[in-house]
Amino acid sequence: MCGIVGLFLKHAKLEPELGHLTAAMVSELRDRGPDSAGFAVYGNATPGITKLCAVARQGPVAWPHIADRLSKATNAPVAVAVIDNHALVKTEGDGDAARTWLIDNVPEATVLSHGQSIEIFKGVGDPEAVAKRLDLAGRKGTHAIAHTRMATESAVTLAGSHPFSTGEDTCLVHNGSLANHNRLRDFLRRHGERFQTENDSEVAAAYLTWRRREGDTLEAALEHSLEDLDGFYTFVVGTRDGFAVLRDPIACKPAVMAETADWVAFGTEFRALVPLPGIANARIWEPEPATVYVWNRGS
Amino acid sequence: MSSDDPWPRMPPRESAIYDRYTIAEIHRAAATGIYDIRGFGAKRRLPHFDDLLFLGASISRYPLEGYREKCGTDVTLGTRNAKKPITLKIPITIAGMSFGSLSAPAKEALGRGASAMGTSTTTGDGGMTAEEREHSSLLVYQVLPSRYGMEPDQLRKADAIEVVVGQGAKPGGGGMLLGQKISDRVAEMRTLPKGIDQRSACRHPDWTGPDDLAIKIQELREITDWEKPVYVKVGAARPYYDTALAVKAGADVVVLDGMQGGTAATQEVFIEHCGIPTLAAIRPAVEALQELDMHRKVQLIVSGGIRSGADVAKALALGADAVSIGTAALIALGDNHPRWQEEYRKLGTTAGCYDDWHEGRDPAGITTQDPELTRRLDPVLAGKRLANFLAVLTLECQTLARANGKSHVHNLEPEDLVALTVEAAAMAAVPLAGTDWIPGRGC
Amino acid sequence: MARKPVAPGHADEPTRNTTFDLAHMSVRDVNRLLHEAEHGDFVIKNPRGLHAIVAGLDGELNVSIDGHVGYYCAGMNKRASVTIGGNAGTGLAENMMSGRVHVKGDASQSAGATGCGGLLIIDGNASARCGISIRGLNIVVKGSVGHMSAFMAQAGTLVVLGDAGDALGDSIYEARLYLRGKVKSLGADCVMKQMHDEHKVSLRQLLDASGIGGTVDVSEFRRYGSARKLYNFHISNLGSY
Repeated sequence: MCGIVGLFLKHAKLEPELGHLTAAMVSELRDRGPDSAGFAVYGNATPGITKLCAVARQGPVAWPHIADRLSKATNAPVAVAVIDNHALVKTEGDGDAARTWLIDNVPEATVLSHGQSIEIFKGVGDPEAVAKRLDLAGRKGTHAIAHTRMATESAVTLAGSHPFSTGEDTCLVHNGSLANHNRLRDFLRRHGERFQTENDSEVAAAYLTWRRREGDTLEAALEHSLEDLDGFYTFVVGTRDGFAVLRDPIACKPAVMAETADWVAFGTEFRALVPLPGIANARIWEPEPATVYVWNRGS
Repeated sequence: MSSDDPWPRMPPRESAIYDRYTIAEIHRAAATGIYDIRGFGAKRRLPHFDDLLFLGASISRYPLEGYREKCGTDVTLGTRNAKKPITLKIPITIAGMSFGSLSAPAKEALGRGASAMGTSTTTGDGGMTAEEREHSSLLVYQVLPSRYGMEPDQLRKADAIEVVVGQGAKPGGGGMLLGQKISDRVAEMRTLPKGIDQRSACRHPDWTGPDDLAIKIQELREITDWEKPVYVKVGAARPYYDTALAVKAGADVVVLDGMQGGTAATQEVFIEHCGIPTLAAIRPAVEALQELDMHRKVQLIVSGGIRSGADVAKALALGADAVSIGTAALIALGDNHPRWQEEYRKLGTTAGCYDDWHEGRDPAGITTQDPELTRRLDPVLAGKRLANFLAVLTLECQTLARANGKSHVHNLEPEDLVALTVEAAAMAAVPLAGTDWIPGRGC
Repeated sequence: MARKPVAPGHADEPTRNTTFDLAHMSVRDVNRLLHEAEHGDFVIKNPRGLHAIVAGLDGELNVSIDGHVGYYCAGMNKRASVTIGGNAGTGLAENMMSGRVHVKGDASQSAGATGCGGLLIIDGNASARCGISIRGLNIVVKGSVGHMSAFMAQAGTLVVLGDAGDALGDSIYEARLYLRGKVKSLGADCVMKQMHDEHKVSLRQLLDASGIGGTVDVSEFRRYGSARKLYNFHISNLGSY
């Protein structure tokens, strides 16, 4: 149970404000998700560079040393920047190989994201404090998705916080409660997916990853999830060029969208959208149940 | 042996699983095509408080004298947020039961008895009646998924508000009670057509999930100017998570109802096969409160099979702040009394087994609207009986508390208890008697 | 709850024709003052999607809210007239008892839920579960309504000038539905019914009360209600349960 916000900018004009606006939206939803928060910021893509975000599980991690080892192991230049207990690793080598190497060789950290554009940060505790600690307000980019968490049936941990990575430059956040995730988790494990938590949302993310690997477009994967996932959900999926929204057929969990000439935004409650410039004249509507919505830059 | 030698006839052998009751139920289902509905809570044998024992005093612990050396029993509910928390003289309340499932004299009797002992009663599905408010010195008002009878003036007249997510007999019910007719009186009270099958919503109409419950609680507080404690009631399903979420949603009090909790009318399969025993629900709920540093700050009321002062004391020892009685309260009023044995036999049952409360033919005049039958229940006398019962529960609880050296019943703790069975030890997280073994928690 | 008795003109009495600014006051303070008021005209600025604004009013009050409100605005409203300039969140006027609530924008889920009386007017669209379990409330929606509208509606009326989503009137009891636009699908036991003169009169009255009586032709509406086939259990209906 939670709060979700998403902001997708249509032009470059507001890119310097992306983090600041997202942080303001997150503040509005801290009440409904007081346990932890996470955000995915898309932007600052450089051709040929894959970014990987990782967070220390416990205690300090020797990131520069790890970057060195990664570079040697993958035979590619690697740079690292440390932000609080997170590291932003940039590699000129193969992104998937770097991700696999980190997962296999750095048990003291969790890999949160990989891709050309995406950066995921997460933290336990009050969402406003988490956002401040990780300087959400200072980040620039093209689009962002953030989540404030009220844990239902799994522990309040960093690993259990959303967004969950679902593949390169893709992530998922969820508000609701799934009903058949345990069996689905077993099935997905047998089909090669790896899990770090008992969290139902992580299962939804892995399901989408699996469908994409099977050749589905994001839209088709979400259509399939309507058949295969049971429960109550509002999903917001971040992609490299945009985002997608899906509500279950019963649609009890709330969802509000707003759009102006400059942006498209999502909020679990309308008050999360209030900080956005132009909200007074924005078109405001609610996504229909069991309908996949996708927005892309350039469309 | 010659072939004339008689061998003893084999005695009839009943199947353990296809027993007579089960066979009769299959015959009934085949004849009617509809599930069985009844009142009362889970009847089958389950791990319960009887499987726990208090240790009492010995050389290492000293008891308190009765009379002189006080053993306090008061409890204050709603200290977290309410401007007007309520203080009960005894840690036993009367659980939510609707006027509609109970007769008017029964509701009045509950009010009289509870008020005499300085404790509260609770409305049920159908709202608050004027008589109920008049006879109960402390009245808790339920906000249920159905919202029958819900209205703001009643909300304001209540002393506390209880948002009902579910109850122990049917966690997740509501649902349809096909073939269970709505009586004329109930139909009028609830703005429903007469004589139709009962359907109750299983989810609230305007919120789903703890994040939206938090906002609903905020609204209820705004409507009542933040005066009253807000309780959240759940049937025992996932008590650890549910308690934590109730706290996060802003509850002042959590009410936890185990599967032995009674119902006016529910499908038999729901009562017996869904929800966990009260004994298994308490420790996880308490642990959730402790982890949030909310134990005693958000109070926990436990219900579902509380029958004696021993049950009260054990529930408190496991960490509850108070208990709630439903079935036992009705029995105290006179439900299933042997004086009506002739009539029970005519109904095809016997005193002590009567559970067709939904049929509205209760000879004791308690779970019925029939004026002929309800006339049999004298609310003043029945109220006195309830007060007596509550007094006995309290005295028994104090007796056990004193024997364990406690000057207040809230000082009872899990370490005062041992278990007689492995199941009870695991569920209640107390050691098996004579050992220090708690199954599932290492040595 | 007895309201504090206040002599007219007393310093404590909330001023009539008062403006409250939620950018500088809390929802609690505004609600407290309005709960103490017996009558008067009030304007509320900067609601910014906050919840439970003017919930629990009980008085001859006229309240105008400048902007968008969050959940449960005007919840359990009695006697008061509330106008919302923007949109409303979940549970607008839930369980309202009497009076009038008018939202000029859209209303989110469960608008008018379990309402017992009065009139709720939605100029824009309402989303899912509009009029769920109403018990006497009349709702007029000038736009469209979402799925599961009038679910288990017991009494009262839902008038929709636009379209209705899936499962309209599922498990409906005796509430009446009047729809001018298209219905995506009907819920269990909800059927189209004949429009007789009495229905046209009753519909005309509601449209008049909503301020659009002169511009709308009642004969363009169709009536929906309970088929009453699921009122009593029959095994042949098993597929519907």
